[in-house]
Amino acid sequence: MSKSFFGFPILTGIDLDIRPGEVHGLVGENGAGKSTLMKILAGVYTRDEGTVLLDGDDVEFSHPVQAQLAGISTVFQEFNLLPERSVAENIFLGREPRVMGFVSRREMNRATAALFETLGVDSISPSTRVRTLSVAQQQLVEIAKALSFDAKVISMDEPTAALADHEVELLCRIIANLKERGVSVLYVSHRLREIFRLCDRITVLKDGALVATRPTSELTEEELVRLMVGRPLSTFFPDKALGASVGSQPALSLEDAGNDSVDGISFDLHPGEILGVSGLQGAGRTEVLQGISGAVPFTRGQVRINGTPVNIKTPGQGIRARIAHVTEDRKATGLLLNQSVMDNALAGVRACSPRRSSAARPKATELFLELELSARGPDQEIKYLSGGNQQKVVLTKWLLMDPQIILLDEPTRGIDVGAKFALYVLMRRLAAAGHAILMVSSELPELIGMSDRILVMRDGRLVDELPGGSSEERILQAAAGVNTKAVAA
Amino acid sequence: MSTISKDLKNSLLSSTGTVYLVLILVVIAGACITAANGRNFFAPGNISDLLTSTTVLGLVVIGQTLVILLGSLDLSVPFVLSLSSVLSAGVMAGQSTNFAAGIATALLAAAAVGLVNGVLVGLVKINGFIATLGTGLIISGYLFTNYRGTTGKASPELTAIGTATLGVIPVTTIGMAVCLVIVALFLSKTRTGLHLYAVGGDANVATMSGIRSAVPALVAHTISGLLAGVAGLVIVSRLGVGSPEVGTQGGYDLLSIAAVVVGGAILAGGKGSIWGSLGGILIFASIDSVMGIMQVNPYLKEVVRGLIIIVAVAVYARRNQIKIPARFAAIQKAAPTRPTNGATR
Repeated sequence: MSKSFFGFPILTGIDLDIRPGEVHGLVGENGAGKSTLMKILAGVYTRDEGTVLLDGDDVEFSHPVQAQLAGISTVFQEFNLLPERSVAENIFLGREPRVMGFVSRREMNRATAALFETLGVDSISPSTRVRTLSVAQQQLVEIAKALSFDAKVISMDEPTAALADHEVELLCRIIANLKERGVSVLYVSHRLREIFRLCDRITVLKDGALVATRPTSELTEEELVRLMVGRPLSTFFPDKALGASVGSQPALSLEDAGNDSVDGISFDLHPGEILGVSGLQGAGRTEVLQGISGAVPFTRGQVRINGTPVNIKTPGQGIRARIAHVTEDRKATGLLLNQSVMDNALAGVRACSPRRSSAARPKATELFLELELSARGPDQEIKYLSGGNQQKVVLTKWLLMDPQIILLDEPTRGIDVGAKFALYVLMRRLAAAGHAILMVSSELPELIGMSDRILVMRDGRLVDELPGGSSEERILQAAAGVNTKAVAA
Repeated sequence: MSTISKDLKNSLLSSTGTVYLVLILVVIAGACITAANGRNFFAPGNISDLLTSTTVLGLVVIGQTLVILLGSLDLSVPFVLSLSSVLSAGVMAGQSTNFAAGIATALLAAAAVGLVNGVLVGLVKINGFIATLGTGLIISGYLFTNYRGTTGKASPELTAIGTATLGVIPVTTIGMAVCLVIVALFLSKTRTGLHLYAVGGDANVATMSGIRSAVPALVAHTISGLLAGVAGLVIVSRLGVGSPEVGTQGGYDLLSIAAVVVGGAILAGGKGSIWGSLGGILIFASIDSVMGIMQVNPYLKEVVRGLIIIVAVAVYARRNQIKIPARFAAIQKAAPTRPTNGATR
């Protein structure tokens, strides 16, 4: 069995073959093209060029169901389940078994129970509502659904991102089981330990191109990380000119802070500093920012701002403590999409200090000019702006509230290179003016190029602190949990 | 055996189970209150009245349940109901020979309005609230320009159906129950029925599973229109005449939505059941009946209805809060076992 693609704009000349009964690992940094590749296989996207061969036949899918019927099933990171419906109803959605024209629930439940039996799972009853299941069990439902199409190939996107350790064990057993039955698995993960444990061969993608496909036995973790990184810095970063006040009293200091999703977070953030936070998807980076700003407050530990202990429980209190929080999902939590550019820029000031809002208007115009915002005018609805311009408005909104501490969550996600550079320059200038900046980013070159120091998180905890300019390799090793002592030696 | 008791426990804890628990409490409380005043809640006359008042609303609620499961709303029902009443009474004009023609005209018109709603919601992709508000207003304009006051006359057969009873149970109520069972089977036993839940629950998941979302929309709205038409016939069978105002006077649009919501459905769609909605109607009907026996000020009835809706939805909202499992327990006892390379320094 082989599959080949040639020449996508995001993916170029990918030539990949998956053997029957093989677990094939697919690794690469964020934006390397793993998800695109999976979505093409799943029939969500169509390819522009090249061929996909399944058992020697050329196949082309325009809808996920076609791919599934042909024997390629995908377990996406975001579950495609209806929480209010039963397990069996979810698995057979769209192709419910019928007897004399009527859906047979008995047959549906029986077939579901049989699927779980082949998977060796006995903890899920076919008639329970999906809502009542744990995340791990929902994942099993997705896998059972994938299998129910008589899948020859099952691809899984970060299947363990939301699982606890003992649940990962179960998943590993199930993958071994699938393998025995001749099903091929395409396994996408950032977690190198799992990749090494499960996969027969590993393919590395970088910037949309295939770097290497090697048998797992011929690779070490360090080699794999080396293959994943090492891309030339494509973006220019402004010089790091440290603000004058670094080393004095920290603007923000956390001591053993924690809540349901993160624990034991301690670090200092100084005025004039850009502190980067790295880590894999789900490591708890966003949650740290949310804890600081009060969006999802910390329940333990001590937070100090300029040396004074504070207890921030709501975003409103965070704003009064002069904390700006540029969130990851600007459309959902950063902007009022149906309102104008100016209304969005003034939204924060109007809510928090209405008396200042008339004074803020000319200042907003100044900031727009400075950031080279391209919009038809201040009255244009924000939803018609590009991602980069939307992000500039979000920043304007926060800057008008005169923050001291600026939390940036994936500030350059989905924005073009020109706007990225404008943001980098702005960040440096803000730091030089004495603001303290905490930036979460999944783009390692950006993190390395912009940060004065880099914190690395894994599984809800801080695991490492690295100097700015550290290698991508070093950061990935810490984030993925490769044995760091061996590397340091 | 353990799965049976688990299933039983699950169904009691489900929204539908709660609705019937509340209904039983309401009936017991009603029986006690009326008994304390020397009346009998379970008197045949009272039961018959209760069932009669349930019938018309019940028919509308069955259709409304389908539409709400889909994530849409049907605000045109009172106007469709009035339309059906004036058309059937008008065509029949009191003649037995026109009985079938009258019924057919009314039901075809009602189903056609439902189909138009379905097309607007499913194919043109207009929000259901707006689409059915629009069709409702158009019908209301037609009704009030062409009909002033009561019109036509029911044929003797229709009147006979309206007054016939089986024991204490009106025949029309039995008809409503038959519709209820058919629609319940449709929801649980046909693909379109199951897909209706899917489209209402998450349109993306439905599409990814190869479901054409327009089909459930067309079917749900057409059935809702048709059943509103049947409800109009039931009203003519009792009143003997048609009227352009019976639907709006009954307030069937908002009452039916309220009954569905009290029955455990969520307005966003994808969750709810016919049986829950039936419980919702019966709760409203029982409380109405008790207050009727007690001769409570009719405006106070509205206050009580309002309170029921608010309390019911508040209870469901609490129940449905999504709990995200915590990675770390609230109180961390042991020190982290992982090596922390200098980060905590």
